Amino acid sequence: MKFLRDTLDKAKHNFEKGGKYHKFYYVFEALDTFHFSPNTVTPATGAQIRDAVDLKRLMMTVVIAMIPCLAFGVWNVGYQHFLALGQSASAGDIITVGLIQVLPIVLVAYVAGGLVEAVFAIFRKHPINEGFLVTGMLIPLVMPPDIPLWQVAVASIFAVVIAKEAFGGTGMNILNVALTARAFLYFAYPLNISGEVWTYLPSGAKTVAGYSGATPLAVAAQASTEGESVVQAFNSFGAGWADNLYSFSNMFFGFMPGCIGETSTLMCLIGAFILITTGVGSWKIIAGVFLGAWGMGAFLNLIAVNEFMAMPAHYHLVIGGLAFGAVFMATDPVTATQTEAGKWVYGLLIGLLTVLIRVFNPAYPEGIMLAILFMNVMAPLIDYVVVSANKKRRLSRATV
Amino acid sequence: MGKFIRLKKGFNINLAGKATPKVATIEQPETFAIKPTDFHGIYMPKVVVKEGDSVKAGSVLFHDKKHENIVFTAPVSGEVVEVKRGEKRKLLEVRILADKAVEYIQFDKYSVSDIVNLKREKAQEQLLKSGVWVNIVQRPFGVVADPNEKPKSIFISAFDSSPLAPDYNIVYKGQEHYFQAGVDILKKFTSGPVHVNVHSEREISPVFSQVKGAELNKFSGPHPSGCVGVQIHHLDPINKGDIVWTISPFGVIQIGKLFLNGIYDASKVIAVAGSEVKEPQYYATYTGASVKKFLANNLKQDHVRVVSGNVLTGTSIGTEGYVGFFDQLVTVIPEGDYFEFMGWLKPTVNKLSFHRAFGLLSFLNPKKEFVLDSNNRGEPRAFVQTGIFEKVTPIDILPTYLLKAIIAEDYDEMEALGIYEVIEEDLALCEFVDVSKHNVQSILREGIDLISNS
Repeated sequence: MKFLRDTLDKAKHNFEKGGKYHKFYYVFEALDTFHFSPNTVTPATGAQIRDAVDLKRLMMTVVIAMIPCLAFGVWNVGYQHFLALGQSASAGDIITVGLIQVLPIVLVAYVAGGLVEAVFAIFRKHPINEGFLVTGMLIPLVMPPDIPLWQVAVASIFAVVIAKEAFGGTGMNILNVALTARAFLYFAYPLNISGEVWTYLPSGAKTVAGYSGATPLAVAAQASTEGESVVQAFNSFGAGWADNLYSFSNMFFGFMPGCIGETSTLMCLIGAFILITTGVGSWKIIAGVFLGAWGMGAFLNLIAVNEFMAMPAHYHLVIGGLAFGAVFMATDPVTATQTEAGKWVYGLLIGLLTVLIRVFNPAYPEGIMLAILFMNVMAPLIDYVVVSANKKRRLSRATV
Repeated sequence: MGKFIRLKKGFNINLAGKATPKVATIEQPETFAIKPTDFHGIYMPKVVVKEGDSVKAGSVLFHDKKHENIVFTAPVSGEVVEVKRGEKRKLLEVRILADKAVEYIQFDKYSVSDIVNLKREKAQEQLLKSGVWVNIVQRPFGVVADPNEKPKSIFISAFDSSPLAPDYNIVYKGQEHYFQAGVDILKKFTSGPVHVNVHSEREISPVFSQVKGAELNKFSGPHPSGCVGVQIHHLDPINKGDIVWTISPFGVIQIGKLFLNGIYDASKVIAVAGSEVKEPQYYATYTGASVKKFLANNLKQDHVRVVSGNVLTGTSIGTEGYVGFFDQLVTVIPEGDYFEFMGWLKPTVNKLSFHRAFGLLSFLNPKKEFVLDSNNRGEPRAFVQTGIFEKVTPIDILPTYLLKAIIAEDYDEMEALGIYEVIEEDLALCEFVDVSKHNVQSILREGIDLISNS
């Protein structure tokens, strides 16, 4: 390691002020601090020691929490592929197909977004933000497996530029970066991200008889317009080629078509466990989203003027991207509410809005995305109320 | 009757190198120094001695230019050897080469019963003249107390919860009647109560448990429960326009000695502790002692940081510096100016963290004593609100919002968010746990300076 350190030390003067490549200082700095924690010490007055945590480690924890979702996603992409083709395949085949399809998406998201980060770091003269470690992983996980790679690149670039760098970088953005990428594709290229593209099928491939790529959300909306029980529609879906594809347990485990990382509620819960035990994600927000969604579902059950409203509330928790959004998107410490009381309100409203959007606006079946983006915008308002209450408590004590 | 207040939030930093409970007697340091930089709220200290002057304990060294009656006096007798100035001739320290035996300026001496009848004006005059006055700290802002103010109450924190804190049972042993006399004097200055706050789970020194005429309150919970600002918040919070005073037990005892013995007695027991000290223990010395003698042949290695005070709020003074006016602890830790390969990713059990993010395993071993160095442990970043500040701040204040208001120089917000209630030490843990490595305490002091000068 001494060799690497010496090389970096030798190169350093080129990147410092007055050096040949001083414009690229922050790129060098990112490279340097990625390999070595810097040798800076605490100032002479104040805290002389510092906690071992830093932002890189915090972000890395989130990336690790996403690994179960990614790993399952790889498997599921391959599994759904062979299911749709009606072929039986070995575990090796399934994983190979999954990897071939998923890895390029991850790579493209990291490279495209990372380049934008670097360019901004050079021109705006700020450090490269490690927030991108997380964003670069979140973006692929909310993409359908069939997405063209150029769209991944365009969406990543758009999201980093508009949702993050335009506001000044990590810590200053208002909207969740990964969701902005998703929303961008959703509205810019609706054909590629809605409809029946949730299973990877090579062009010209012949699907098994009776195959339909409809996601549970589409099935539920369809059943509702036809006045058929949603649960029955789920249970009868896939008959003949994939029995019980949309049974409750199957959807909980995640063996269904959908975005790469968000089909499995179980894997999201494992991620939630990691985030909560490490203290990196707020349990209040995660619990809030699930409670809000379930509560809204149960409330709609009481009215139940159509079949979607009558769908048992717990189904809302396993279909679509609710769990993934609750665990990895809503908890983003930058765009969520920042006060403890506010986190409950924020979480509950996200859950509630998600179900509301799903049930009443079938044009946008993926409610969680819009709900979180909307609440991102509302978060400062919630915090404002909480902070005002704090100020009032102090003011009420005063006698003058 | 005192109150019992349970605090839950906070964090005890368990460092290696605790002082063994024994007061060593070694040769006294040759030089002592008084540093105006230890005090807040004084305007341009004016030096009244010259190099070469001889002084007695209690002789005036310098005074505040705005309040000429606030004087800073010599802790020991001897010769003024250096008036050290920094940039723009800012006064940094006045150094005294100490005599072998301390000679004192004689002030008025009182018996215990005289003290009861003593008038406030008379007491104030003696406190100011002797230089004992500057022990009294005024809130808001943590400045030297203004003699023209009448505080609504006075607070004495009788335990120290900070890392490697000296044990008050040792440093104040046998000072009961001086402490009592000090409390009796202080009572003359306020119409409200004098609060003496102890920790419910620690052995309470008879110095505090036997005090009469003061409210004895009990606190429980981790650091910063010993910070007097936290205690004020729970007992009698400071609102806009309120003035309260705080004083350390050392200051109270020094007041007692001034009136009972008629001298400016700066003798104090300090702890020299930390992982790099061979024999961490206590020493009897005087205010402003040079640390040189305490560290000679007593360090495990050369590449160290010597801190006057504790590792959360202290000042790095070097191996030849002087102990700060308010400090009773010298902490020696390793200097941390090294690179660490993959330091941000490597799992670690040896680096302390309040967080439990990936690979930070110190929480598995809560009893372990940690050797921590001065490395910054990462690069400064924008605020990322993880809610961690609130977990180490046992008061109803939102530190992130307060800090942002200060950075934005928004006076109304600072005021509304509680800047009157805190000084650096109350938010020191925020600086320690901060993911984004802000210098929280300097930011807070900037805010306090802004609002107190407005």
